[in-house]
Amino acid sequence: MSVRIKGYAGTPLREEDLKQRKVLLVSYWPKAKYIWSAGIAIGRYLTELKSGRIVGRQCNKCGRIVVPPRMFCEWCFRPNDSWVILKDSGVVNTFSISHITADATRIKEPLIPAVIQIDGTTDAGILHLVGETDPKDVRFGMKVQALWKPPEERTGSVTDIKYFKPIER
Amino acid sequence: MFIKKRVAVVGAGMTKFMRRAQETGKELAYEAARMALDSCGLRIEDIECVTMGSAPDAFDGIHMKGEYLIDGAGAWRKPYMRNYVGGGTGVFAPIHGWQHVASGLFDTCLVVCEEKMSSCHPHPQAAFLTIFDNLTERPLGPNLVWIFALEMHRYMHVHNIPKEKIAVVSVKNKKNAMDHPCAQLPQKITVEDVLNSETLVWPVQRLDISPTSDGAAAVVLASEDMAKKITDSPVWIDGVGWNLDTAYWTNRDLYYPQYVENAARMAYQMAGIKNPREEIDFAEPYDPFDYKELHHMEGLMLCKKGEAPNLAWEGVTQRDGNLPICPSGGLLGVGNPIAAAGLMKICELFWQLRREAGKRQVPRDPRTAVAQAWGDLMQVGTVVVMRA
Amino acid sequence: MGLTERIRSPMDMVHVEGEMPVNYLYTAGVAGERFLREIKENAKILGIKCRRCNTVHVPPKIYCERCFERLDEWVELTGEGQVEAFTTCHFDHDGSRLAEPDILAAIRLAGANESIVHRIKRAPAEDVHIGMNVKAVFREKKDRVGSILDIDHFKPSAL
Repeated sequence: MSVRIKGYAGTPLREEDLKQRKVLLVSYWPKAKYIWSAGIAIGRYLTELKSGRIVGRQCNKCGRIVVPPRMFCEWCFRPNDSWVILKDSGVVNTFSISHITADATRIKEPLIPAVIQIDGTTDAGILHLVGETDPKDVRFGMKVQALWKPPEERTGSVTDIKYFKPIER
Repeated sequence: MFIKKRVAVVGAGMTKFMRRAQETGKELAYEAARMALDSCGLRIEDIECVTMGSAPDAFDGIHMKGEYLIDGAGAWRKPYMRNYVGGGTGVFAPIHGWQHVASGLFDTCLVVCEEKMSSCHPHPQAAFLTIFDNLTERPLGPNLVWIFALEMHRYMHVHNIPKEKIAVVSVKNKKNAMDHPCAQLPQKITVEDVLNSETLVWPVQRLDISPTSDGAAAVVLASEDMAKKITDSPVWIDGVGWNLDTAYWTNRDLYYPQYVENAARMAYQMAGIKNPREEIDFAEPYDPFDYKELHHMEGLMLCKKGEAPNLAWEGVTQRDGNLPICPSGGLLGVGNPIAAAGLMKICELFWQLRREAGKRQVPRDPRTAVAQAWGDLMQVGTVVVMRA
Repeated sequence: MGLTERIRSPMDMVHVEGEMPVNYLYTAGVAGERFLREIKENAKILGIKCRRCNTVHVPPKIYCERCFERLDEWVELTGEGQVEAFTTCHFDHDGSRLAEPDILAAIRLAGANESIVHRIKRAPAEDVHIGMNVKAVFREKKDRVGSILDIDHFKPSAL
């Protein structure tokens, strides 16, 4: 900042100041509930997951197969052309080791979130988890295979695949 | 390209950045805007329009936050536009303001950015969760840090970067911040401190991350003729660029921010910069995580892909190095009130190029600098080139 | 590609339910803190005056949005005012009918140039009119918490 300026505004508060209501405040929990519809492409994607299949969409103009699928190619900006049934195996494009859950609580058994590039696509990855492996054994480029829940437990969700596990060489 | 008027930054102001402020969002915006006006002796009547950047309404918990902030941002009964591209907003708002003046439509523009993330409980992170696709990603129970960890790990893998060479950025920026009067987390730490800090989602550890913050910043823009009347040392905005990539982030190779390069090319071309490494004296890339400073240095073409960690490790990016990076202390040291953080970097460029940065002053007479911000689902690059 | 089927209920589409799990705590701010504390401790309503344009703002702010000047001249108001606009609500947020209609009004406080929104009680709806003189009625000190509702309602000045 300019060396001519003497003071900066801002009154810091501590967590306790809020908890103990040392300053006046108002609390509000907006009870907004949402129903997000899947749309045409993801509607089919989730329905196919329930049947134990991963599907993508292909654009004839650039040749890309994309997953998660969408009804248009955003590169060519045109509707894409066909559904493609893909293998349920792939390669680890990137991964991480999570010691916290969605609301930042610590967990004992770490999760291994990863971007899995599905076999048969050039750069189409999906976010999922790697399982049945020690975190320190996960490698970039590792070949993995989906482990599906039994058909009666599937609900039409990305969690119908429990995780991707390493393929034995 | 046809630009009607050259645009300069003539004044700047900001509040302290802190974890939770008593001030309301309006009061924070007022403090920064008032300071910016006072810094160049202008009155609110001299301001013809206002552009305001602020991140999602969900952080402050105020619906239609742009309209709520109008009177604190000095926009009462003025032409006013709000803009938002996630974390990229802080550099996007001055670009938006630049358009207002460069087009010839206005001679002065006040640019304000504000964020009050502390309203969000239990943690602002909860407001972020819908950044994940509700159908294909949220059922997996992701934490926001996952996406940064995945990007960081990919970057480290492709270029074989050891964690130490990334940790050194956090050490540098927190130390630089000790000379910034508004800093939230100025501290002297070591690379070991970073490597020993709590692992949240490997490879992201606690000391790799910038804090959540409340704060505001503001700059005053003026057209060339007006700027020369207002101040003897206007700082020119000579190049602007912005670019967004797909929201299908798992379909991109995360090791390189192509969208930052695209935005940088646009800004450099406008500014007539052919060799950024030679022609740019210092830079303020966006550093919400230490690896991001390096990632963005490469996207800004300040070095070859994979080379940034070596420059950091060798001290080239220190304030007295050959290419100072984040002399302000960046987000890691000063704080990260999402939209205001990027504008803080623009303020820093302004003060540095006028040799008013005090203890943070970069030596060797800097003339040309670049600021960059990033955000959304790791998809936006916003770049501004400024010259003394 | 056009629509391939007609859907009548959103629940028939493949969908996911969820929410944004956030609780907000809004601070009163620097000006708001003093305004509400004065109501809580002393049952007094404060405004703040801009020296430049002479506008008395209520609720008070740290700046005048017209002049963009910093404000520091606090003014005590009497708590009396005039109804500038009003409406009568017959239904609750969830659509159920209220036992007693709720009368809300924009009240221009005496000594200020701005209005606040509050409730009017002790006047039948048909008697409320624009220009009606009203006066603030505060809760008992032990029940005041530092909220705008520490003013329980405005009653007709005549009462």
